Amino acid sequence: MMIAPAPGRIPGARRTTCEPNSAENAMRQKAEMIETVTRTPAGELKSPSLSNLLQHPLSFRLLSLVLVLSAWELAGRVPISPTFPTFLETLSATLEMIGEGSLQSALLVTVVPLVIGVAVSAVIGVLIGVVMGLDTRAEWLGVPVFIVLQAAPLAALIPLLVLAYGIGLATKVLIVCIMAMPVIVLNSFKAIRHAPVSLVDMGRAFLGTRRQLIAKIILPSAAPVIFAGLRLGTAAGFVGAILAELLVTPTGIGDIITYNQSIAEYPRMYGAIATVIVLSVCCVESLEWAERRFFRPEKRGQA
Amino acid sequence: MQLFGRRLPAMSALLIWAVLWEILGQSGVTIILPPLSAIFGRLGELAVNESFWNALALTARTYAVGVGIAIGAGVPIGLLMGRITLLDRLLLPWVNTFISAPLTALVPVIMALFGFGETTIVLTVVLFAIWIIILDSRAGARSVSTSLVEMALVFGATRLQTFTKIFALAALPEILTGIRLGLIRAVKGVIIGQLLVSVVGFGHLFEIYSSHFLMEHMWALLLVLFALAFAIDEVLSYLERRVEYFAGSRQ
Amino acid sequence: MSAMPASEAVAAPVHTRPMVEVRAVSKVYPSGVEALTSISLDCPEGGLTTLLGPSGCGKTTLLKIIAGLIPATGGEVRVNGQVVTGPGPERSFVFQDFALLPWASVLRNAAFGLELRGVPRSEREAIAEQYIAKVGLKGFEHRFPHELSGGMRQRVGLARALAVSADVILMDEPFSAVDEQTRRKFQEDLLELIANERKTFVFVTHSIEEAVYISNRIVLLSRRPSTVSEVIDVELPRGSPEEIRRHPVYLDTIETIWRGLKHYLD
Repeated sequence: MMIAPAPGRIPGARRTTCEPNSAENAMRQKAEMIETVTRTPAGELKSPSLSNLLQHPLSFRLLSLVLVLSAWELAGRVPISPTFPTFLETLSATLEMIGEGSLQSALLVTVVPLVIGVAVSAVIGVLIGVVMGLDTRAEWLGVPVFIVLQAAPLAALIPLLVLAYGIGLATKVLIVCIMAMPVIVLNSFKAIRHAPVSLVDMGRAFLGTRRQLIAKIILPSAAPVIFAGLRLGTAAGFVGAILAELLVTPTGIGDIITYNQSIAEYPRMYGAIATVIVLSVCCVESLEWAERRFFRPEKRGQA
Repeated sequence: MQLFGRRLPAMSALLIWAVLWEILGQSGVTIILPPLSAIFGRLGELAVNESFWNALALTARTYAVGVGIAIGAGVPIGLLMGRITLLDRLLLPWVNTFISAPLTALVPVIMALFGFGETTIVLTVVLFAIWIIILDSRAGARSVSTSLVEMALVFGATRLQTFTKIFALAALPEILTGIRLGLIRAVKGVIIGQLLVSVVGFGHLFEIYSSHFLMEHMWALLLVLFALAFAIDEVLSYLERRVEYFAGSRQ
Repeated sequence: MSAMPASEAVAAPVHTRPMVEVRAVSKVYPSGVEALTSISLDCPEGGLTTLLGPSGCGKTTLLKIIAGLIPATGGEVRVNGQVVTGPGPERSFVFQDFALLPWASVLRNAAFGLELRGVPRSEREAIAEQYIAKVGLKGFEHRFPHELSGGMRQRVGLARALAVSADVILMDEPFSAVDEQTRRKFQEDLLELIANERKTFVFVTHSIEEAVYISNRIVLLSRRPSTVSEVIDVELPRGSPEEIRRHPVYLDTIETIWRGLKHYLD
């Protein structure tokens, strides 16, 4: 994962081309971008020949999964701790809860504010970030705040909010928004700032108006990073929702976790936790799928 | 951003927000937002409070140990993943999963296994920090130019020498980025860990303050934590910039 | 072949008024770096003028000033008699890194200049298709840039530049990012194109052979801060590409330029 170097500029702002050591704006963009690098590695060590049989990436994922689950199972049987159930125990407890319907209703209570919160954060956050990227005054006003918010352990605000406003739907949505927005805003901002200079120049050379440049070049090229921000925001939102439930008033999935922890029903507790993690991963993956499907036709053929 | 022809310093907008906060706080529009001046007043109280300093010491201890483990384990794992495809294929899906998974949900697991003490908090820090460190170290290893490695081999370097002298250093910019991001996540980890464990450190303090509705104290504490997190981030950014300087010649 | 020292370069007219006139243009960056110092040159109408010089930013900077993408610090540029203040419909640009929209098809990319001018969709696609065929990419209209080779991508860039019916086509090292064989083919195709289209071309390259092969006029720029060090009008005889590349005039011109440029390499 790399922070991209020299930022591109929007036409109209002072431009520098080909300047040696072009001075960067002192404001460091602290948004996280997560990319899995797909370049070929340098200097590979020789892999054992067994792996040559299993070249297919899918089989590797399955193998990896099987290995980890087996390790879990073994660890539970040893047992490394009385509080550590085996994989199979956890699985059956989860299925039980699904059968009872308790898991689903808990998930619903947790997920509804999450979805609302992420949707609100996405719309408002992308808007703020894009505006900040396009307008220098908005950037000056907004970026410091969001940088501080992103670096800060916002989770500490959660008890404060719940105590003041209770654990209703509105509070939960607010918590999700607080956790999700900084990263969404900063990613959107950064995406706009890093619009490829070459393409913007091309647009100017062919007489594009500022509106056209923004709509046809800058926004489409910013889409991947904005989406990365949305994925991170969703993950942060999950954390917010769960923390609110674990910390103060147990409802939803948090309730299942803390309740079963308190009565030492560890398989159920672990099952609930695993469910939440799987759900979060699925949400993030589906965002990635949506991005590829609707916005980047050129990536459809790629893995 | 220019005002009257002079460039304004980067973070000066925060002053405006601070004033806004003060105004909102004085107006009493919401109970959770006391005036900034009152909060600053409480900072003095905090400074003489023994439990504050104990909590800070605990936080510092667990943070340092946790981060040390995360770096000490994460960087080599990441570098190895970048070099050995088999290892990479096995571990990468998990790293990618945990990078964006709500790790908070795993803290109860750690609590169940290791109890309500400092060990849990250390492990929480490790949990939060290690994934991005692994991923970025891996990216760094993969970005090392092939010709550097070939150069080392031509001049007779052993495998170990290649690893330590070429890889580790050439991948340094990415490693530092990973460490910086990992350290930010570790701050969240150490706080969340204390919040959930809640009988030690800042979590305990937060419990006391929140149950007595001492909003100003809570905010004072929060500001201290925010400032610490921000300071750590700035120091690391600075270090990263120094290393990036030589990375520019890698293109 | 006639080589004129810089002081006489501007004075000698070609046929009618030159299409592009550069008068005492200088460029100093805000950081204080001086890229261009009092550059004056003319580009004759209907021909191809090359800006040639050692690696550095001067030639591309000058080209972008002519294109109106960068403002000059001093001096002025006139295209067809009008002073240049920004990009204009009479000039179009071919980029070194192709500058294609990765999320758009070849057809959309080639039609992009027209799209920005508000030409209705069916009309601009028809025009684009024509030029796509002209550059030899018929059949690739619905592919995406990442599916094309470097040479093919540049052809799309060229089609886009031609489709807007500009009078002056500015080309910034257009063939430097492709391999040698493709490059040679491009040069030959470009000569054919120039013969058929009544446009003025301004070309930037650092390859001497390329410059001599395709140009009517070569302007040699010195190292930064650049000035015009020499202007050479090239008159190569007609012939097949192979004949031209072995003709004494061609080889001599290359040699002369090379000797002149050698000074600046050390």
